[in-house]
Amino acid sequence: MKPRHKKLAIIASGVTALGIASILVLNAFQSNLVFFFSPTQVANNEAPMGKSFRIGGLVEEGSIKRQTDGLTVNFVVTDTAKVIPVQYTGILPDLFKEGKGVVAQGKLTDDGIFRADEVLAKHDENYMPPEAAEALEQADKARQTVLVQ
Amino acid sequence: MAINWFKYSSPASFYFLAGKMVPFFSITAAVLCVAGLYIGFFVAPTDFQQGEAYRIIFIHVPAAWMSMFLYVVMAVWSGIGLAFNTRLSSMVATAIAPTGAMFTFLALWTGALWGKPMWGTWWVWDARLTSELILLFLYIGFMSLQAAIDDPRRADKAGAVIALVGVVNIPIIYFSVKWWNTLHQGASVSLTQSPKMATTMLTGMLIMSLACWMYAIAVTLIRTRVIILERERHTAWVGELQGAAR
Amino acid sequence: MIWGSVSEFLDMGGYGLYVWGSYLVTLICIAGEIILVSKRKRTLLEHLSLIHQSNKQEKTNETAS
Repeated sequence: MKPRHKKLAIIASGVTALGIASILVLNAFQSNLVFFFSPTQVANNEAPMGKSFRIGGLVEEGSIKRQTDGLTVNFVVTDTAKVIPVQYTGILPDLFKEGKGVVAQGKLTDDGIFRADEVLAKHDENYMPPEAAEALEQADKARQTVLVQ
Repeated sequence: MAINWFKYSSPASFYFLAGKMVPFFSITAAVLCVAGLYIGFFVAPTDFQQGEAYRIIFIHVPAAWMSMFLYVVMAVWSGIGLAFNTRLSSMVATAIAPTGAMFTFLALWTGALWGKPMWGTWWVWDARLTSELILLFLYIGFMSLQAAIDDPRRADKAGAVIALVGVVNIPIIYFSVKWWNTLHQGASVSLTQSPKMATTMLTGMLIMSLACWMYAIAVTLIRTRVIILERERHTAWVGELQGAAR
Repeated sequence: MIWGSVSEFLDMGGYGLYVWGSYLVTLICIAGEIILVSKRKRTLLEHLSLIHQSNKQEKTNETAS
């Protein structure tokens, strides 16, 4: 074996070994890399109960209710299968809207309400002018009415 | 007509070739940047959910793309230098690192300024943001390791090891939004799906990306030339260069 | 034209600070990189021409003696 080939073989095996090691490490980390749990996961007791964790999903349409103090807000997080009622006191991000994505950090209390101390908005990857979004929504509504009939 | 590519793999010939290419890439970068910003700020419409804040995309996405792409290019040149003992390829890798680090920083910075008004936070430890931060550390590690070793040949080898190992991070960054739950949204532009952006928005973003490309090439070529001179200062051709400059 | 006035353009629908903060820092970074690399080149070239001159000096001294 020529010295150059030998060196190449050493480099290749070194990189492969490190690659495999990193994959194993990352695999172990994956359980910690879960940024948020969906309501279904929470229902299946996959979330760390008793500790602070994050839930993520969509804000259910028509579920946002503001308390009289003007700062506390109640809403429901859904993943279309399961739901979690959330209570939060504080400033909400601009993109916090019904039907849009949300990630909330807090604790699940015994009464089944998730008391959040941080609420973040999770938006989607679509970018378009408002007119186009409106047209899409109209088309969607039209399709749904056809389906209902 | 056959071009003798090996001729340009010698630092001396590359020095002159790169010198001729720099003006082309610099001018192209400037022209594309003006065109891209014009489209981004005066042609592209308001976004339906993010309003005007989305205009950060015209620098955020190009910077993030460049941060990943430059790392891959740097690792490839490092690897070639390590495997074939070619001096020039290692010099190019060393020249890419600062520009790559700068684009990584910009991706993180513009991301923070975008995250605050839209998500409600400057920073979260989700997989996408964390892996991009690791990328910045990899660039810094590469540069500081090379700076710490006096012998350039040994510095090249040590740097190449970091560069090659760190390549694992690139697919992690790219696919993090698919593999894990993240606050960061999925890709708006990918090879497998049609873009999820209005055409003018997409055009502005792609032109800005091209501008960043041209800029990165120009500045890397300039830096490679400086590194060549630094490392070859004792050779006859650099001496002749000085003689000719008199 | 999508902007009614200059101030409307600068305001960016209330997000001016974030949008311009992004572009300003980008500009600073790119300008900084260009300045740093040209400074590095200039000092190197000055250094090289010094070496070259002293080499020439030595040679002339050698032939003179």
